[in-house]
Amino acid sequence: MERIYLDNNATTKIDPEVLNVMMPLLSEKYGNPNSLHTFGTEVHPDMVKALDQLYAGINASDNSDIIINSCATEGNNTVLKGIYFDIILKSDKKHLITTQIEHPAVSHTADFLESLGVTVTRLPVSESGLITPESLKEAIVKDKTALVSVMWANNETGLINPIKELAQIAHENGALFHTDAVQAIGKISVDVQDTNVDFLTFSAHKFHGPKGVGGLYIKDPIKLTPLFHGGEHMGGKRAGTINVAGMVGMGKAMELATTKNAIEYENSVVRRLRDKLEDAIISLDDTIVIGSREDRTPNTILASFKGIEGEAFLWDLNQNGIAASTGSACSSEDLEPDPTFVAMSIDSDLAHTGLRFSLSRFTTEEEIDRAIEVIKSSVKRLREISSTYVKGE
Amino acid sequence: MAKNDLVGGSLWDNYSDKVSERMNNPKHMGELSEAEAKELSGKLIVADFGAESCGDAVRLYWIVDPKTDIILKSKFKSFGCGTAIASSETMAELCLGKTVDEATKITNIDVEFAMRDNPETPAVPPQKMHCSVMAYDVIKQAAANYKGVDFSTLEDHEIVCECARVSMSTIKDAIRINNLTTVEEITQYTKAGAFCKSCIKPGGHEKKEYYLVDILRDTLAEIAKEKNQEQDYSTLSNFKKTVAIEKVFDGDIRPLLVSDGGNVEVEDIYFDPDYTLVSIRYKGACAGCASSTTGTLQFIQSKLQELDESISVRMV
Repeated sequence: MERIYLDNNATTKIDPEVLNVMMPLLSEKYGNPNSLHTFGTEVHPDMVKALDQLYAGINASDNSDIIINSCATEGNNTVLKGIYFDIILKSDKKHLITTQIEHPAVSHTADFLESLGVTVTRLPVSESGLITPESLKEAIVKDKTALVSVMWANNETGLINPIKELAQIAHENGALFHTDAVQAIGKISVDVQDTNVDFLTFSAHKFHGPKGVGGLYIKDPIKLTPLFHGGEHMGGKRAGTINVAGMVGMGKAMELATTKNAIEYENSVVRRLRDKLEDAIISLDDTIVIGSREDRTPNTILASFKGIEGEAFLWDLNQNGIAASTGSACSSEDLEPDPTFVAMSIDSDLAHTGLRFSLSRFTTEEEIDRAIEVIKSSVKRLREISSTYVKGE
Repeated sequence: MAKNDLVGGSLWDNYSDKVSERMNNPKHMGELSEAEAKELSGKLIVADFGAESCGDAVRLYWIVDPKTDIILKSKFKSFGCGTAIASSETMAELCLGKTVDEATKITNIDVEFAMRDNPETPAVPPQKMHCSVMAYDVIKQAAANYKGVDFSTLEDHEIVCECARVSMSTIKDAIRINNLTTVEEITQYTKAGAFCKSCIKPGGHEKKEYYLVDILRDTLAEIAKEKNQEQDYSTLSNFKKTVAIEKVFDGDIRPLLVSDGGNVEVEDIYFDPDYTLVSIRYKGACAGCASSTTGTLQFIQSKLQELDESISVRMV
């Protein structure tokens, strides 16, 4: 059975071109870039090229840093804990603002800082599922808020937050601004200078790069206490021998994902396939999709199918070779629904019936057509089994 | 377990083949109608348990022969995850051919056990155990409907966890049947405390009448107390009687004799339905001691008679 991968917000396949540029660095070019001999120095051009691709990809100025690390979770921890060490412990700014829909890499780090005595405000979403400038204005305390951290696009819904406006409000009130851009890169245009964010984090494997490598953008002239102490790698800003192959792969992946053509492809072809799938889903009875299409990344659908528990649906799809995702309570190890599902459960019971489909530039029309057929037959079967489903109720 | 915990996403790895088969092809899924009941001269019973907002809901249909109370047909419908559907399927099957009273004795363990591929390996991971508890509850509901009594007359039905609608008796039963020792296990087996967490311990966002920490402590204390309560001596097997007698020697008799430089051995025990005769042999300083045939012997006999009046002692 041909498998169809519609879980690209979880991770993506490595683009063959990315793998190609990585291979020499996983075999003959194995030198440590911090070594002075030719084994070390011969990898420098590859690394410089990767940096060029990364800086171009998010339009970072050369004076700012993009620190290569292991993933966005590391980057998010570095920002929040760095702010704790550098600002919260050392000044009157002891307030942190984040949201109710952050990835655990931010929300659990914020919980941890709260346990150390930091005041944390978690912004709720509006009726349309977004973090609004108004709610930030209300929550922010002038010269008391140290950092505002709001994800660029939400992993479950794909809803895109107004980062530029939010960053401006943070700055007007003397706070720094961080965004977890993991779900934005490669799907929409991401420009750190236009939005004027202070920190931005990403992971390569979300845009067809390898796992285990990510980036942290820090705007000039901000300096942050590093999360890892050790050697002089990354200019002393992130110790640990650099994952050179990963870094070079991430550079290539960034280039492939952020060219004008790539973003255009994402917003035309991928969007059209997404819309086709979405149209088919909402044409079924008693099914809703969260968030309006224009507010979302072009690859994501979070739908609620009344009367069908998310894990059972995921199981059925998987039996038919289709990979999707659910944040339903029953699918998790600890029986906790995904926080975004709870925050977004406005007119549906997402916590039990939510299912996410996320496409990529490798998704084909044939795959979408077959996914639609499978979804239809699974919905029919599971609603026949369901004791709670009553059509139209 | 640490090594096993390092790779996540293993939920489905831990489902038995039977669970997947029953999820993929449920044979007892469906509805039963009044017409079918009439055809079989039976009584149609429909029982619901759970709700969609809890994440699990199941409806059980029975056709019961009113003369024999035997369940002639049994079908289910279920809103829930794969294991909830598989558990409901198994539960509906287990009901078939049983009387209503027999069916109410089906526990979540029976349901889970029936889904095992082999007797040693659990059919589902621990956090999915609550799915089979649901199956157990709906049977009780169906039996209550059949008998025309309120659910609460079959058991006290005090709700401890409002979110998952888990009753006091379900929690206590789960603790007893599964030998649970932590609140986390209660949550895994019953789903109580999985949502708002208010019922776990005082200090949550809602004030509750009962908390899981207290129920667990009290139930464990009850179990311990029951274990400690001595069974009636006359009902014990000869082996258990021997063990009880040796316990008295070790606990109450030998320490005293040893402190005087002596000791005692049990040579033989004769069990008559009406009496027990313990033959002993003195050792060390006791052997030949003047009081060994009088005071000491009486002391030993009185200690053993605390266990049961019918025990007497003789020297060999």
